[in-house]
Amino acid sequence: MPSKQELLDLQFIEARHKLIDLAAFLDRIDRHPGTGDYRQEALKNALPILLTNSPDRARRILEALSDPTTEPIPKADFQGACGAPKPQQ
Amino acid sequence: MHYIEPHAHMVSRTTDDYEKLALAGCEALCEPAFWAGFDRSSADSFYDYFRQLTDYEPKRAAKYGIKHFCWLCINPKEADDPGFAREVMSLIPQFLACPTALGIGEIGLNKNTRNELAIFEEHVQLALDHQLPILIHTPHLEDKLKGTRLILDSLSNFSHLERSKVIVDHVEEHTVSLVLDAGYWAGMTLYPNSKCSLDRAIDILETHGPDRLWMNSACDWGVSDPLAVPKCALQMKNRHHHADAIQRIIYHNPRNFLSQSPNFVL
Repeated sequence: MPSKQELLDLQFIEARHKLIDLAAFLDRIDRHPGTGDYRQEALKNALPILLTNSPDRARRILEALSDPTTEPIPKADFQGACGAPKPQQ
Repeated sequence: MHYIEPHAHMVSRTTDDYEKLALAGCEALCEPAFWAGFDRSSADSFYDYFRQLTDYEPKRAAKYGIKHFCWLCINPKEADDPGFAREVMSLIPQFLACPTALGIGEIGLNKNTRNELAIFEEHVQLALDHQLPILIHTPHLEDKLKGTRLILDSLSNFSHLERSKVIVDHVEEHTVSLVLDAGYWAGMTLYPNSKCSLDRAIDILETHGPDRLWMNSACDWGVSDPLAVPKCALQMKNRHHHADAIQRIIYHNPRNFLSQSPNFVL
């Protein structure tokens, strides 16, 4: 298993790139007209998980972006998925 | 290096991809029945699709020295109309007699509807009736966690189900423990923008161990990479995984699971 130093050597630039890309995406959304929707809020609400020291940040972010309901729905109104639960869910 | 691609939708890929897979060391691949990107208009469309999976694709793969196997079902995206789904399901038994048919899949849920769940359970019973393994698709993105829980709850009602003959695919960090702790196999799908990245799949492997895990590209008509498995093997090497450990996850594990189907012969 590589050391922390080796992982940083291997992947820091890629992680830095992804972090800046996310920041630029949020800037882009703010800069453009309109009101946005629940996905923007879902993304922002998940960001504080990054700053915790828990060893399962990825799992917790996935859970934060998941439909919290438990019962099957009567009928789907569309076939796809949006990446964050709709507020009414 | 040689490996097995346990989940690829080759009907959506070019013959060039077969050549790339062969050059990368792919010895065998398995193609689950799935959604074509649009809803088919009749059961006859599925009849032709099942012919393509059981007859045409094995020949196309054989030209590159790759053994092609398939799984049969009506996928969950088209299973929300139970009448239509049952009409398609009535076609499946005749194709299960084909020499490269492995079992029932990829069944599962899409939007977690009651009808999807009913058709899922009828597929499970079909697999039990034919004593075949099952490949399960879990929903996308925000629907995955709920869908995985519904699927596992449903499976627990089948008292005669051998859990070692069921693989629950497309697991991520929030669902992998649910699947493995219940005694099923788990599949990690390597996608550029959704499901698992190469590094996240390796993280899951390091965190949970290699038992009952495989990785696949699930390459199809969407954003996907038919060479994702060998690329992940290379990244495992970069992260100091031993050659034996890499070979286990990309070859021995899928071979062990798939060998539970009598038609999986390499």
